[in-house]
Amino acid sequence: MSEAANLGLTALILGLGIWTIAAREAFVAIVGFIAYGLLLTLVWVQLRGIDVALTEAAIGGGLTGALLTGAASRLRRIEAELRAQRPALATRVLAACVSAAAAAALAICVLALPEPPPTLAPEVAANIAATGVGNPITAVLMAFRGTDTLLEAIVLLLALIGVWSLAPDGAWGGRPGPLEHVDPNGILAYAARLLPPIGVVVGFYILWVGADHPGGKFQGATILATMWLLVLMAGLADTPRVGSKWLRAGLVLGALAFIAIGFIGVPLAGAFLGYPDGIEKPFILVIEFALLLSLTLTLALLLLGAPARAERP
Amino acid sequence: MRVALDVWTIIAVTSGAFFFLAGTTGLLRFPDTLTRLHALTKADNLGLGLVVLGLLPQVGGVLTGLKLICIWLLVLLSSATVSQLIARSSRQGGSPP
Repeated sequence: MSEAANLGLTALILGLGIWTIAAREAFVAIVGFIAYGLLLTLVWVQLRGIDVALTEAAIGGGLTGALLTGAASRLRRIEAELRAQRPALATRVLAACVSAAAAAALAICVLALPEPPPTLAPEVAANIAATGVGNPITAVLMAFRGTDTLLEAIVLLLALIGVWSLAPDGAWGGRPGPLEHVDPNGILAYAARLLPPIGVVVGFYILWVGADHPGGKFQGATILATMWLLVLMAGLADTPRVGSKWLRAGLVLGALAFIAIGFIGVPLAGAFLGYPDGIEKPFILVIEFALLLSLTLTLALLLLGAPARAERP
Repeated sequence: MRVALDVWTIIAVTSGAFFFLAGTTGLLRFPDTLTRLHALTKADNLGLGLVVLGLLPQVGGVLTGLKLICIWLLVLLSSATVSQLIARSSRQGGSPP
């Protein structure tokens, strides 16, 4: 794309950002935010960061957008009331000043980066063959900076525990979300029967090509979680009990497999999360598939929210 | 042959872009939810289809071409489903036009 198109994209993103902040209604702001995420995806494509673009589209735009839409529809009842009691002028000026200061600090940090920026890219390129995967992003995430990915998976679990802890006492251990009553012959049920087989194939494909091309477990798990949510929303299946032992085992499987393989690396490769020579790829695949399952469950359950219905006696 | 394919790409992608423009104009100008949906889904499906057909001669292999066609079909399916759902909820909810 030419320089003019890049400038146009930048102007569009800035304009959309301002529009999102200025929007009075939460729902309008969220629609702006989702469009903003999709435009950011285009920016990442322009920067040749296809992996980041995929993640931004799947998680930044799609999943976060769905989370925020759910939050806005819950807040809708009290939104007008909240807007009526506007905070005092001093509070608003203070909030604007703090936001502007944070933005300025970020801008200064970015502008103060040395030129050319310090990079470990040549070292990654020199050692990538040792990991058995061809995609440098996957090599960094799973081998060179495996700890970061492990902690990311655990942070998501903690977030889910935080969501669950909002459950009323009576519903603890029960099923999240309302019972869906959808026309079993309607268009939603039709889509929920037609799409998941395709979506499951695409999700696993995205995970599998992540070894050598853009893709990976987070993007694949988002697609799988979406397919599961579609089935739940169409009323074809009920949400799982959060007290279920199987569900909880599935949730921690990814992190446990990651940690177990990390400890295997201590005697075999001399470091936590070191992979023994020659079998790096199978080890990475075990972690990727275990994480795919756990991330799918975690992301879908995050969207479903706190348990709301007690299990029938 | 090469030139003919390139000309085909230019014509098809340009007409696809025209349909996107028309769809966006319809989305902005049409008076109520149902007509706006009509503009959006009809024009976007046709627009994306023309863009995909135009790009087909430019892709490296058959597999990539098939992926492009799959993307078009998936967008057709999802936009048809979503527009049905939006139309139904706008009729039931009686949302203001």
